[in-house]
Amino acid sequence: MLSNNLLKGDRVELVALEPERDSKLWAEWRQNSEFTRLLDDAPATLYSRKANKEWMEKHLEDFLEFEFMIRPLDQTEPIGFVGLEGNIRFHQDAFIGIGLGNPANWGKGYGTESMNLILRYAFLELNLHRVSLNVFGYNERAIRSYQKNGFVIEGKAINAIERDSKFWDVYYMGILKREWLKSYQEISWKTQ
Amino acid sequence: MSISTSLFRSSEIQLTAIDHDKDPAIEAVWTTDPGFARMVSTEPMKPISADQVKKKYEKIEKRFEEEKDLYYFQVRLNRDNRLIGFGLIENISWTNRTADLILGIGAAGDRRSGYGTKILEMLVQFSFQELNLRKLSATIPSYNPAAIALIQKAGFVQEACRREALQKDGTYWDELIFGLEKGR
Repeated sequence: MLSNNLLKGDRVELVALEPERDSKLWAEWRQNSEFTRLLDDAPATLYSRKANKEWMEKHLEDFLEFEFMIRPLDQTEPIGFVGLEGNIRFHQDAFIGIGLGNPANWGKGYGTESMNLILRYAFLELNLHRVSLNVFGYNERAIRSYQKNGFVIEGKAINAIERDSKFWDVYYMGILKREWLKSYQEISWKTQ
Repeated sequence: MSISTSLFRSSEIQLTAIDHDKDPAIEAVWTTDPGFARMVSTEPMKPISADQVKKKYEKIEKRFEEEKDLYYFQVRLNRDNRLIGFGLIENISWTNRTADLILGIGAAGDRRSGYGTKILEMLVQFSFQELNLRKLSATIPSYNPAAIALIQKAGFVQEACRREALQKDGTYWDELIFGLEKGR
């Protein structure tokens, strides 16, 4: 039997993007420069709700991108996003982007569970061979959390980022399907 | 190096602009050679017509115009001005002062002649001395040992190995990331 709960965990669910609602959230989240700097190596900047909305609508048109919003089961509004993009078609590899907008939601396990959901989706629905991500050296909390999800550090681009007058490494992390399958057997919340 | 040192001309080769009339037909032939097409890109090999090459050139120039995040050069021999390959500095991050390098030699007969080493040298010089970048990266598939030897000879060091990130000829290959910092 196939899972009828592919995108739902114990505490969060991966839901569709809704540009009207989410553009407002993105505009709020980006107002916190820490959020933006953890997410992107481009200069932190602000976008209007209109610009955010147009960007999201453009994303929705691209069928190769698999992008979701993260919504806690006990809340109506999303608290973050998670998505896959990259060499999905030809090399069965994708890069994950993930973020929780409001710092009040950090460190509560929402990210870890969302990551487990997107990995399950990547390997059991998209049939990927591996999943990749880049994370910045100053984001130690994320590096630890990705390791908990089963990612291994595959290297570092030394001093690839300059921020606050310091140089930081960009970490390359990856997980292969066979590695994930092993740990998946042990995850208690697997498909019902 | 001084202000009068040429950034675009070395002993044997030159970095030049695109010739929209003559280059497309030459590059179209290159795209039929797996030894070129499969080495310069991990996308599936697909020969394209001179017309499509022309459109690709236009796209590159438009991108430069709008984003200023890449520099593209056609590489020609000094002695007869013949097009032998290309060099590309792309994904430039002006705030981090980083970029990625790619180069390719079109015809099999022009490979293993030291041109790659020369092109790479010139791209590195241009990146550090003119663009004021401070770090360069190159992404190379593990099935391209010639490129790995070339990049290591230029002083790049392997910084990451994306395991089994590529699939070609029914098997998995690693994607290797090399880096070079200015002054190291």
